[in-house]
Amino acid sequence: MNEIILEAKAISKSFHDPITIQILKEISFSMYKGDFVSIIGKSGCGKSTLLYILSTMDTDYEGDLLIDNVPMRNKKEAELASVRNEKIGFVFQFHYLLNEFSVLRNVMLPGLKLGKHSSKEVEERAYQKLKILGIENEALKKPNQLSGGQKQRVAIARALINDPLIIMGDEPTGNLDKKNSEIVFSIFQELAEVYNQSLLIVTHDNEFAARTHRTIEMEDGRIIKM
Amino acid sequence: MGTKYKLIVSISKSLLLARWKQTLVAAIGVTFSITMFITLLSFMSGLNDMLDNLIINRTPHIRLYNEIQPSKIQPIDNSDKYKTYHNFVSSIKPKNERLEIYNNAAIMKALKKDNRVLGIAPKITAQVIYNVGAIDITGVINGIDVEAENKLFFFKDYVTTGNYIDLKNTPNSIILGKGAAEKMLANIGDVIQVTTTKGDRMQLKVVGYFQSGLQDLDKVQSYASISTAQKLLGESNSFVTDIQIKLKDMTVAPVVAKEYQKLFEVEAIDIQTANSQFETGSSVRTIISYAVGVTLLIVAGFGIYNILNMMIYEKMDSIAILKATGFSGKDVNKIFITIALSIGIFGGTMGLIFGFGLSNVIDQIPFNTAALPTIKTFPVNYNPKFYMIGSIFSLVTTYFAGYFPSRKASKIDPVVIIRGK
Repeated sequence: MNEIILEAKAISKSFHDPITIQILKEISFSMYKGDFVSIIGKSGCGKSTLLYILSTMDTDYEGDLLIDNVPMRNKKEAELASVRNEKIGFVFQFHYLLNEFSVLRNVMLPGLKLGKHSSKEVEERAYQKLKILGIENEALKKPNQLSGGQKQRVAIARALINDPLIIMGDEPTGNLDKKNSEIVFSIFQELAEVYNQSLLIVTHDNEFAARTHRTIEMEDGRIIKM
Repeated sequence: MGTKYKLIVSISKSLLLARWKQTLVAAIGVTFSITMFITLLSFMSGLNDMLDNLIINRTPHIRLYNEIQPSKIQPIDNSDKYKTYHNFVSSIKPKNERLEIYNNAAIMKALKKDNRVLGIAPKITAQVIYNVGAIDITGVINGIDVEAENKLFFFKDYVTTGNYIDLKNTPNSIILGKGAAEKMLANIGDVIQVTTTKGDRMQLKVVGYFQSGLQDLDKVQSYASISTAQKLLGESNSFVTDIQIKLKDMTVAPVVAKEYQKLFEVEAIDIQTANSQFETGSSVRTIISYAVGVTLLIVAGFGIYNILNMMIYEKMDSIAILKATGFSGKDVNKIFITIALSIGIFGGTMGLIFGFGLSNVIDQIPFNTAALPTIKTFPVNYNPKFYMIGSIFSLVTTYFAGYFPSRKASKIDPVVIIRGK
């Protein structure tokens, strides 16, 4: 019953400047729908690099990547952008909210870009997502009026707006204090358990990783445990 | 599709308003250059028109006349013996042919029927000597059909003192060139004496002064009615030396002139050939005004380029996140092109309005010069063409000013920005 939503087949990547260093070595793994996976490893082991390849943002790699059983290789830049828009939600270490827009509008932007719903519907959906994250009262504020933890929750709402196949996080709690980290983690947990949302989170926080369903451990560009 | 564009416009608007002071400065740059462009061209072309009209209004599009010419065939050319020789004996000299246009009544009738012709005015040119006390001043009297001359060549505008129609109504009257009148100390109502080249004398009453704006001309030329001129020369009332033709379309003048020359067996000269130097002057002045205007716009374009570049550096994070959440490079490109074009449209529209205003101000400034009796204020040409060119140019320059920064923005790699944090 569990379908594969993301599949990495022998992904390798090298940096060529100043000398060729292989940073990822034949990484292969699969993710199923509803998985809550964390990738851990020491700084510089290639876990973030892997995440950016899996997110389709980095296209300079060898091997194959399948998202929703569709190969990503040879897709054009605009096609990859629409894959990201529709199927992937991002949460970064830094919130990356646009200060020119209200919180609500920030959450709505990827939804408006998708264009599947009318802007009225997108607005309603954005409210729903903010409600799930408990910050619907901040909807009309500007991002710079919010606290760090609130901003990160807005970023999660933005990642959720198009009901993505998978949510990817690059150290989403890296910039937060203990209390806010806890809040963010419990949100992820709730998403995974209540909404059956698939999540792929890169972290160096072993405590965080231990509470996810599955942990992939990396070292020197290889998966050493999964 | 429509909603997609709305999204891009709304993002552009927010980015633009977030830096509204800078964008305003950029827009003011465009406004300033378009204002100057419009004003400069309107004023310059107004001046051009005025200077051209000085000549063109007063010059027939085609002039038919006779000229004393040497015989083209000398008797020796007809000799079989010397046909292949180089002949230099010219035994037949130019003779005193009549300068009259033969059969001019029939020619004028034919011209009036030609529907390319707007109007015709017959004219007699007579060389005379004005007798002032003991001194003789050479001059030219133009015998004109007063009404036709006024209709086609705005004769009235150039009669600065006196009423032009008196020339027709008062027998044996003359309108003196201003320069000539000053030399002769002739006042309105005075009677002056002229002598023709044949030695005939005649008394003429001064009914007005004429000022063309070309001083050399005003020192020599005077006007009389056609019948007075005929009397002066002792010719019949069918005597006419020139037929001046105004066409509906000036540009066909050279072709029509050639046609008439053949048809009527007279000399015919068109305005383009007679006054080619004015065309050259006007076009050089026009080119200079366009060059200055375009330079201003290009400078404004660099302003926009700078501001967009700065905006892109500042908004690197925003661009990265837009791309990460599904906006393609093309969308980002469109956003920045939209910003550039909005600056162009806003600045350009303001420029057109201010340009019109400034031209209007110049149009009100008094401008009195003795050389130009009909001009009271600075001449301004409100040709809609300048406004069209101005708006097209403002859009084109802002588009290109936005093109390179936008392309740079669309090429931003989100991974580099996001991982760099």
